[in-house]
Amino acid sequence: MTDAGYVLSGWLVTGAALGGYLARVWVRTRRAKKILGDGGDSWR
Amino acid sequence: MNWWVRRGSTVLGALAAASLALLVALGLFVSPPDELQRDAVRLFYLHVPAAWTAYLAFGVTTLASALYLWRRTRSPAWDIVAGASAELGVLFTGLTLVLGSLWGRPVWGVWWAWDARIVSTAVLFFLYLGYLALRQVQADPGVRARRSAIAALFAFVDVPVVHFSVEWWRTLHQQATVFNPALNPTIEGSMASALLVGVLAFTLTYLYLLDRRYRLAVLEDGLEEREVQAAIAERRAEADADADVVPVGTDG
Repeated sequence: MTDAGYVLSGWLVTGAALGGYLARVWVRTRRAKKILGDGGDSWR
Repeated sequence: MNWWVRRGSTVLGALAAASLALLVALGLFVSPPDELQRDAVRLFYLHVPAAWTAYLAFGVTTLASALYLWRRTRSPAWDIVAGASAELGVLFTGLTLVLGSLWGRPVWGVWWAWDARIVSTAVLFFLYLGYLALRQVQADPGVRARRSAIAALFAFVDVPVVHFSVEWWRTLHQQATVFNPALNPTIEGSMASALLVGVLAFTLTYLYLLDRRYRLAVLEDGLEEREVQAAIAERRAEADADADVVPVGTDG
């Protein structure tokens, strides 16, 4: 593969950004649920 | 609605994960290198879908903001959707800029160029960062939601500028490959498939993340409300305790 460093960096950055964002939302959700209970997790 | 709350999000998450896995297979292994760009073309299967998703996210923010401002449809839910979608829009715009830069270095020989498309995209990124900062300013929730909604309508003006910049000005950035003015896609079959799967995967990922972020915002609103109520109850208890104390030297 030519330009492998650039290509793999791009794919890794994308995975890290999306995975990192999802992980952050999950952690904050778990923390909030622990305090509030499961009742608040819904669309309103 | 109950089904969606219980199962819909899981199904959406599974579809997003499956389409992202398919994108990795097509984008990295199946599609051929480009004649001119060589393997750097594989960054396009992320860069173009990220840009499309950023447009979509900011479009949803604008629509939700308009629905909040319109009295007949006003609901705090639209304000939450607008904020959640803007946050995702900033994430995808940031990715668009980083991926474009990683592509530009091997193909153009530079990380950055003062090009109309690139600069207007950077402006879009900072406009919505400002919008997210505005949402953090302490104020009455109604006032905050209203001014955020107005700011979102103004910020969206940059989206068509970004999209049409390659038509309006002479730019280094190439013109639209798929959604060009002639609506005549100029891309080879397996590359087009990878691009299409990329757009689908990023759209599903955006929808899944929007759902998760919305639920988090609802939970955190509930948490904030509970903290306010607890603080009020504490102050009341303190005031009642003060009233019960008889000051020294007042009984004779």
